[in-house]
Amino acid sequence: MIRAHVLICGGTGCTSSGSKDIQKAFKENLEKYNLTEEVKLVQTGCFGLCALGPVVIVYPDGTFYSRVTPENVTEIVEEHLLKGRIVERLVYNETHEDLDHLGNVSLNDTAFYKKQHRVALRNCGVIDPENIEEYIAMDGYAALGKVLTELKPEDVIQILLDAGLRGRGGAGFPTGLKWKFAAANKADQKYVCCNADEGDPGAFMDRSVLEGDPHVVLEAMTIAGYAIGASQGYIYVRAEYPIAVQRLKVAIKQARDLGLLGKDIFGSGFDFDIDIRLGAGAFVCGEETALMTSIEGKRGEPRPRPPFPALKGLFGKPTILNNVETLANIPQIILKGAEWFASMGTEKSKGTKVFALGGKIKNTGLVEIPMGTTLREVVEDIGGGIPNGKKFKAAQTGGPSGGCIPAEHFDIPIDYDNLISIGSMMGSGGLIVMDEDNCMVDIAKFFLEFTVDESCGKCTPCRVGTRRLLEMLTKITEGKGTMQDLEDMKELCYYIKENSLCGLGQTAPNPVLSTLNYFYDEYLAHVKEKRCPAGVCKKLLNYVIIEDKCKGCTACARVCPVGAIEGAVKTPHKINSNKCIKCGACMEKCKFSAIEKK
Amino acid sequence: MKSLAELQAIKEKMQNKVVLREGTGDIRVVVGMATCGIAAGARPVLNTFVEEVQNQNLSKKVTVSQTGCIGICQYEPVVEIFEAGKEKVTYVKMTAEKAKKVVEQHLKNGRVISEYTIAAHKA
Repeated sequence: MIRAHVLICGGTGCTSSGSKDIQKAFKENLEKYNLTEEVKLVQTGCFGLCALGPVVIVYPDGTFYSRVTPENVTEIVEEHLLKGRIVERLVYNETHEDLDHLGNVSLNDTAFYKKQHRVALRNCGVIDPENIEEYIAMDGYAALGKVLTELKPEDVIQILLDAGLRGRGGAGFPTGLKWKFAAANKADQKYVCCNADEGDPGAFMDRSVLEGDPHVVLEAMTIAGYAIGASQGYIYVRAEYPIAVQRLKVAIKQARDLGLLGKDIFGSGFDFDIDIRLGAGAFVCGEETALMTSIEGKRGEPRPRPPFPALKGLFGKPTILNNVETLANIPQIILKGAEWFASMGTEKSKGTKVFALGGKIKNTGLVEIPMGTTLREVVEDIGGGIPNGKKFKAAQTGGPSGGCIPAEHFDIPIDYDNLISIGSMMGSGGLIVMDEDNCMVDIAKFFLEFTVDESCGKCTPCRVGTRRLLEMLTKITEGKGTMQDLEDMKELCYYIKENSLCGLGQTAPNPVLSTLNYFYDEYLAHVKEKRCPAGVCKKLLNYVIIEDKCKGCTACARVCPVGAIEGAVKTPHKINSNKCIKCGACMEKCKFSAIEKK
Repeated sequence: MKSLAELQAIKEKMQNKVVLREGTGDIRVVVGMATCGIAAGARPVLNTFVEEVQNQNLSKKVTVSQTGCIGICQYEPVVEIFEAGKEKVTYVKMTAEKAKKVVEQHLKNGRVISEYTIAAHKA
């Protein structure tokens, strides 16, 4: 009889920090101590605290072990599972302080989880994603059952409209409305597509849902099929997500075996099936028209809208496209009702949003918060603040299509409309935190390099415009920019926004515009003073040795890869700035803090 | 899948198996599983609790877990039962048979079996 469950994270984050070895070690140790009949190993999806991976949770105690090594496993099995003594030394240190007299902790009381509210991620890190029965135990497919046996298609759409669910892919279009348009168009064939082409650098919530709870996507797509009158669904997922693709394949097979996909589901006469289409990773294929073109087997390029996909989409038939996270909300809305969902969030943005926290923040990982939570709460409370006592400078949301939120808007409640009003956007939910060591011109340049690479080249404003913009930014970071460049950049930004064919080009200038707006003084420092205040732009940096502090130990001269440092033993050295490649190796090596960046 | 009843059947079959992960039963049964406890036979006691709680469909209400040495080794196997708002009950010198009775009478019907408690042994 099973008395304890050991949950091991099998998400991409923990897999890369070695959770496969941890699984193996647990298996071996449990066999060694004859515990295989009493302790069950479960591989789950992402728990969210990727920075602390590999993560292991032991139930029923709910003990949270972080950064587990194979050697630790032996100790956990011997002490915790065999003798019942929690290995406090290995428990996640924040929960450590909250241990009660039995050594128990509630994960939900930790700062990282306390302010979170898990709807889309509710099963991630809780169930075994490769076991459909565990999903069913958590009310899985009950929403589909309810829809097919009790509700008419128009009822389903009305529930979504009442709930106020908006697309989580970035643009925030009301999901119910999208479905309503597609349902209204008559056709012999319609399609439901799931957009799992997550391309924003730093965003990985869709991957985590697919890896941790793949059935929720299948269930929601089937509900969508019933609502609009479609019998076929496609999941467009990038080939760079091998674990997600594998788990989707397993999930589709299990659902077909149980008759939850296929003919006559729940005896209702409704047929629906889902297939996977792999994308090769082009960013533009996350744009809906390009995505459909790619599914059709053609080169992934966008086309003008209208006609919108709801009228003429995949293979010329009415089609809806929904993002993974959007879909993950739907079964819960059906089961718990529109009022429940609408009770969370702000007036125009209902429910929760998942953010991928990254950059200069302690708890890197995945968090799900009710809309309207302030940026400060996300960064300071949930994210644990900025490491090394540095100061918050800005947060970047929306990836290459979004913008920066400066410290002056730290207390803004996060929702679709608020973010747009301050020149950023929700985007798919990447949230990159930056501190005083980040150069905002360099950040803008980073995102623009990305869009230049990813522009499909079909329309000129995007193909040529973004490239010219990047050239101007590069000039500025090299100290060759002029005030005229700043003016030209702004004009070019608006031109690209107005004239590009699809969302990629229309939003590509956002990182530049928002940094120009909030951090104009940094641009000025680069242009007028030829100086990078954050000390990032290499061409504007000079490493110098402070004579008074230099002991002439020669350590710097020996470590310099280009021989740019000269000087005799026990006399102050000098850096030849013409030879220096600004790698910083000397500064790291110096024991007397005699080298400075200027 | 032809009917909701079929889905419900799978759900019920599985629910007892995943409820463990919620770990929030109103009643917590804690079995002392230090070396002294194991030597005195705590393992069959623990297994009986786990088994019986599932058999009696008490998984939602009762969480069975283990702990280290409780400190009264002469009374092992020791089982403590915590319930919100109630005094802790400590059963001592437990056996699998006694465990079965505790599930039946105490956990299911709320009647403490006084003769198994530490108070009865001290007297």
